[in-house]
Amino acid sequence: MSAPLMRHQFGRVAPLLLVLPGTLVVVLMLVLPIGDTFSETIGPQGDRLANYVKFFSSQYNWLVLNRTLSVAAMTTLISLSLGFFAAMMISRSRGQLRQVLMIASVFPLLTGAIVRSFAWMVILGRNGMVNQSLLSLGLVDAPVQLLFTQTSMVIGLAYLFTPLAILSLVGVLDAIDDSVLEASSSLGASPLKVFLQVTLPLAIPGLIVGGVLVFTGSLAAFATARLLGGESQMILPTLLHEKAMVSFDWTSASTIAAVMVVMTIAIILVANRIARRFNPAMG
Amino acid sequence: MRKSLHPFVLVMGTGVFLFLLAPLVIILGAAFSDTTYLTFPPQGLSLRWFENVLAKQSFIEAFKTSLIVATFGTTFALIVGVPVAYALARYRSGLPSWYGSIFFLPVLVPEIVFGFALLKTVIVALELPVMTALLVGHTILAIPYAVRVVGASLAAFDFSAEEAAKSLGCPPVKSFFVVILPNIASGIVAAFILAFITSLNDVSISLFLTGPGVSTLPIELFTYVEQYFDPSVAAVSVLLMVLTVAVMVIVERSLGLSAVMR
Repeated sequence: MSAPLMRHQFGRVAPLLLVLPGTLVVVLMLVLPIGDTFSETIGPQGDRLANYVKFFSSQYNWLVLNRTLSVAAMTTLISLSLGFFAAMMISRSRGQLRQVLMIASVFPLLTGAIVRSFAWMVILGRNGMVNQSLLSLGLVDAPVQLLFTQTSMVIGLAYLFTPLAILSLVGVLDAIDDSVLEASSSLGASPLKVFLQVTLPLAIPGLIVGGVLVFTGSLAAFATARLLGGESQMILPTLLHEKAMVSFDWTSASTIAAVMVVMTIAIILVANRIARRFNPAMG
Repeated sequence: MRKSLHPFVLVMGTGVFLFLLAPLVIILGAAFSDTTYLTFPPQGLSLRWFENVLAKQSFIEAFKTSLIVATFGTTFALIVGVPVAYALARYRSGLPSWYGSIFFLPVLVPEIVFGFALLKTVIVALELPVMTALLVGHTILAIPYAVRVVGASLAAFDFSAEEAAKSLGCPPVKSFFVVILPNIASGIVAAFILAFITSLNDVSISLFLTGPGVSTLPIELFTYVEQYFDPSVAAVSVLLMVLTVAVMVIVERSLGLSAVMR
């Protein structure tokens, strides 16, 4: 075989050889275990969907499902709003200030979910800061239940995910050409109008990316949900853990797992479709 | 010249940054407090909670496990992930366009689902030790970072330099190590650090994969917080934050943070 031919053939198998180990790792260690988990949720012949019928016929599961979605929606709304202000500030800053603000956004992201949820346990707990201030101001007579509520869970999750929203938005805000903003305000648009009609529409791709990250993240945030929501405020990940490790009902746990994956994929597909509508050039 | 910021945005933005940083300051205060219960502002300063934590064998052991799992999991992910990133960037026509998305599956699957699946297959069905399952889980966790971050630094690389080396007689493997690797070294370091920190903080995967004598630090902390509510956890949190700051300073000094965060 001549050398150029050999080289040509090597050129064709080389990419396959290079991706082979990585592909095997993902398929054997991720796809197969997940597939195995899903296959366990398939019912006996004639009643294939039995486990899903059982899951969706429970009123409690619907409560958990609704709570999961509303908590995720609230978290997404809050994180994107807070993230927008912070991202606008970063995108308008230069030099050292910009760097400091970036570090302030990234640093919480690098500390774990446990540490960050724990901080809110200290703030919202029975003897926490908020309760002590309320007591000393005489606004309440006894500590108020702030922890283990839906609100504390949303606060903790918004705290967890606002940095992600900021990072998703800084890029799109940086890309907005100043002359566009100047043009609209010099033509007499009020700052609010400039924001609503120029900045916001141009930031939509960042809002979609950030929204997907925060929403799917909140759907799956076990530690925060557990520490700040407790047993009274179960969402899907905490329910999965309870079924798997407390009641050892692995079929139910697997069913919840499948529901979670389907929800995550559905959200990403919907977001992709929305993104494509706003930017037809996008893949 | 950039347009100035509207005062309303300035006030709200400042508020958001306070919201992001205040809880971390509160943890700092709680860690140095002298009381057995958690309160802020701390009453009396002491290092007793740090002493308490460092004397706790279970925390030390768990931290060692976390470091081992994060180091080996991330390294293994890079060993299989860098060739993937290279192939995806170099041979665009040789692979189907959707191929890269295989390596984003770990992001698509909620971690808690993956952890549970590993418990069922790796530990229960295959009867492999807990440590193996942890390494498997954390390798998968790190793969998207390896492929994406290294891929980003390869995207900017001009492969004609590699062609030049090859046409001058440099064998393919050697030209990878001599020509390409030095150019993507910062991407590899960035991928390592991001994946390492993610692994070190992971709760949802490890949750199902800890067994007798083997636990990671976040899981140990999680179990502790559920049982006791004292400033020990704040002390551990502060130690972890110091570690994070140290890593960030090292990265900033050697690469520049902006290079990592892109």
